[in-house]
Amino acid sequence: MRKWFYVLLAVVILAAAIPLAGVGCAEKESYKVGAIFAETGVNSSLGTPERQTVDMMVKKINDTGGISGHKLEVIAYDTKSDSNECALVTARLIEQDQVLAIIGPSSTGESNFIKQTILDSEIPLISCAAGATIVAAPNKWVFKTPQSDVLAVRELYKYMKGKGFTKIAILTDTGGYGKGGKTFLESEAASFGITIVTAETFDAAGTDMTAQLTNIKNTTAQAFVCWTTSQGAAIVAKNRTDINMTMPLFCSHGVANMTFINNAGSSANGVIFPAGKLLVADQLDDADPQKAVLLKYKTDFEEEYSGKTADTFGGHAYDALNMIVEALKEVGPDKAKIRDYIENEIKEWPGTGGMFNMSPDDHNGLTEGCFIMVEVKNGEWTWLKPS
Amino acid sequence: METGQFLQYLVSGLTMGSIYALVGLGFTIIFTVTGIINFAQGEFVMLGGMLSYILFTSFGLPSGLAILLSVVAAALVGIMLYLLGIRTARKASAVSLVVITIGASIFIRGVAGQIWTRDPVRPPYFSGSESLSFAGAYIQPQVLWIMGTALVAMIVLHVFFSYTMLGKALKACAISRAAAGLVGIDARAMALIAFALAAALGAIAGSVMAPHTTVSYESGVMLGLKGFVAAAIGGFKSHTLAFFGGLLVGLIESLTVAANWGPFQSEYADAVALIALLIILLIRSRRLSTEERAS
Repeated sequence: MRKWFYVLLAVVILAAAIPLAGVGCAEKESYKVGAIFAETGVNSSLGTPERQTVDMMVKKINDTGGISGHKLEVIAYDTKSDSNECALVTARLIEQDQVLAIIGPSSTGESNFIKQTILDSEIPLISCAAGATIVAAPNKWVFKTPQSDVLAVRELYKYMKGKGFTKIAILTDTGGYGKGGKTFLESEAASFGITIVTAETFDAAGTDMTAQLTNIKNTTAQAFVCWTTSQGAAIVAKNRTDINMTMPLFCSHGVANMTFINNAGSSANGVIFPAGKLLVADQLDDADPQKAVLLKYKTDFEEEYSGKTADTFGGHAYDALNMIVEALKEVGPDKAKIRDYIENEIKEWPGTGGMFNMSPDDHNGLTEGCFIMVEVKNGEWTWLKPS
Repeated sequence: METGQFLQYLVSGLTMGSIYALVGLGFTIIFTVTGIINFAQGEFVMLGGMLSYILFTSFGLPSGLAILLSVVAAALVGIMLYLLGIRTARKASAVSLVVITIGASIFIRGVAGQIWTRDPVRPPYFSGSESLSFAGAYIQPQVLWIMGTALVAMIVLHVFFSYTMLGKALKACAISRAAAGLVGIDARAMALIAFALAAALGAIAGSVMAPHTTVSYESGVMLGLKGFVAAAIGGFKSHTLAFFGGLLVGLIESLTVAANWGPFQSEYADAVALIALLIILLIRSRRLSTEERAS
């Protein structure tokens, strides 16, 4: 009996001490935000800079006093580029970690896969993937920061039309990114007076595209568009010079990182593609409303990770977390209010991806003009400024 | 179709085919000696490519030395795989051992992705970047290196296994471990040699291939699969057949892209190659069973 008494006493004392300890340190409760990125797997080239960006921002925000005195705590999980894994970690964030909002995932497939869960759980999510379907109705809780692929296609076609190209070939990968690009390349062509004479594809993990290029070389196409990410595009660019192909090569914004230039070497020269403004931030006019935020992100990132270059993918995470941080600052830790804030108060908001104008009908908020055309000249990104 | 264009498809097919052949030869070496299908073979190729790049760029070693060291390092990984994975579980069934190699491949890939860059990389060409022109087709010098390496590897392996004492001893283990033991062949040592040899060959393939194809920590998956097909065409027994099996897979892929008709389109290049494998396996298994009945 006496033993039990002491045990009970100990429990009571401990229970009393816990709130005391809480009072002892004056720190306010931290704000928890979830992050789900494809840090490994096929989309790791997207997820890795996204995660690095978030880590850097958390450090910076907490070093400068947090959000209105509250510490920012980001709980990050790797989705392994796998939709099932993504769903699993999303559930963990919502149920166990009880986060206020989530940023990510990195890919369109994963984002669509968890969309219903997000809507049912009523938690704000800002995706870092491009697909327009992610924010299509019915949709109350999901936002996204990357520019939609169709805007990139239009910017590219506008440029090609201006240069007098009417007959083109397209070469796309068989993965989600290439397939999405192919759909828009085909649906938008007619309105720019462009005819697609042949459409070739290749496996995203392929290592030699000479055969497809030989097909294209023997058509009447005046130029060809290769819609894939930097790994495949570097091989295409290289294979094309290997077989002395002089047809101009256009790519997508998926090549906007140094991997493309490093792997394609001198073959990258002359390649033209639509890209977010981050790539040529220092070349922009000072009047550009995005210039300040682009340069700040670039400098901060490159200071934190020496030897690495800031890229658009990290930029998408930067915009997403900034929106949530701003919302937390304004409305505090309330999921519904955070959602309302992002939907209604993010107006003429300069981000790395463009000028955001969120609205109940548009949870991306970007329009034409967020892409510019870039050419690789002597291994450097060069802005093809419209004159 | 003009000659130049057709030759271009052939070159493309033979390039990929030679790479598949080299991977297939690695599968064959380990199978002929130990009876195990080693699914980590593709990872040896990846290690060769990644290590030669890293030693070259980060450590500034001359290209040749970087490749030599990466081959030695991969051989050591092969030995470790045998000692830690296969030998410790030697009483397990062949299927379990195959599963161990799958585990090892996931492990090697995971470690590579953690410690090195996740971006694909490309080491420099061995000899110049100017393509050679030949009857209307263009050939990258690196492609000649790839094809040459595959051809030499096939011939050397054939001679080694047929005409040298060590080679014959290795082969004897495959025919009957017990009988080989009776005539004084150390079966365990032979298995160790087979793993080291296959890993070294894989790394050679990786370092010759990487300047043309680029390489990343995940390259081993696809190459392992294609190499497996090449080796399967050769019945996992014949080096010569594995070599030609690899070339066949490469040619089927590039000619499927070239045909651009019906199901023969670039989109289905991989599927056509795998269906070809199924057909070949069906024919082979029928012929084998007839032979068995005859004996």
